Amino acid sequence: MELGRLLLAIGVMALVTYLPRVIPITVFRKKINNVYFKSFLNYMPYGVLAAMVFPEVLYSTASLYSAVFGTLVALFLSYKKQGLLVVAIGGTAAVWICEQLLTMAGVM
Amino acid sequence: MLSSNRYLTFSRGLRDGLPIALGYISVAFAFGILAVEKGLPAWSPILISVTNFTGTGQFAGIDLIAAMASFAEIAFTLLIINLRYLLMSLSLSQRLEPGMGLGKRMAIAFGITDEIFAVAIQKESLLGGKYLAGLILSSYSGWVGGTVLGALASSLLPASLLSALGIALYAMFIAIIIPPARSSRPVALVILTAVCLSCLFRYVPFLSGLSSGWVIIISGLVSALIGTFLFPMQEDKEEEADK
Repeated sequence: MELGRLLLAIGVMALVTYLPRVIPITVFRKKINNVYFKSFLNYMPYGVLAAMVFPEVLYSTASLYSAVFGTLVALFLSYKKQGLLVVAIGGTAAVWICEQLLTMAGVM
Repeated sequence: MLSSNRYLTFSRGLRDGLPIALGYISVAFAFGILAVEKGLPAWSPILISVTNFTGTGQFAGIDLIAAMASFAEIAFTLLIINLRYLLMSLSLSQRLEPGMGLGKRMAIAFGITDEIFAVAIQKESLLGGKYLAGLILSSYSGWVGGTVLGALASSLLPASLLSALGIALYAMFIAIIIPPARSSRPVALVILTAVCLSCLFRYVPFLSGLSSGWVIIISGLVSALIGTFLFPMQEDKEEEADK
């Protein structure tokens, strides 16, 4: 990967991360009371995150089977309101175990 | 009217940031590992953590860099992910000690993360620069330190574990979106809509040419707009408590 391109990409990332943080705290002193605007900002992260996860998560490991299993475990754990760390480790462990079994069975 | 609190010192901030730092170490560790696994040089995730200091945006960023996405895609995707900071920054601006200078505000702005915001906003008194500096500094140390460990450790990990870790980030996102979806029907609807749109763009032949960055933007925007117009939120509790 070209060095200049990578550095520029990191610079772009830093800029678009800092701007939404710095503008309101330095410029605006009044609350935005528009219900639609506030609702939109509230819902949007969920839409973005959900679109990032599905269906990409199914292709995030060495095998579709292990990815599906890991996703199901992560869904179950988060439905049980486990923390981020527990869900991340649980999903990872599920994939690892599943792939060990698949290798042993000769499927992978 | 909120009053200043002399107990909110720098060292109190450092201490309040410790639990955040511990949580950050593990997530940043995963970030460092994933970045290297995606073929980025080991110094780059460290530089990203030092200059960005955000979770979701950084993960999305290395995804896009590794996929050779355009700068416009990177900028738009991260901007959309980071739009929530607008609200946090706005909310925090009204909790700061009056008369705080521009320089301090700009420094604090860099440290507005979901977790720091959550801890800071729980305090009942006005927030001074020293307390926030402590809170941000200990959290930031955990974030950067965890990334360094992850970036260096990735070469030591076996391939089977690296494959399994590929799902870690997605599992974390699942853990962020599922609990709110349980308690809020609008949030559940937004998530379902976004997933359907995202899958549509992935599997329908005519639409599948669009790159993942734009799919995320379109799915996120459309699902949030549907949620907004079907279920505009009523005045929230925090605001009522202020009155």
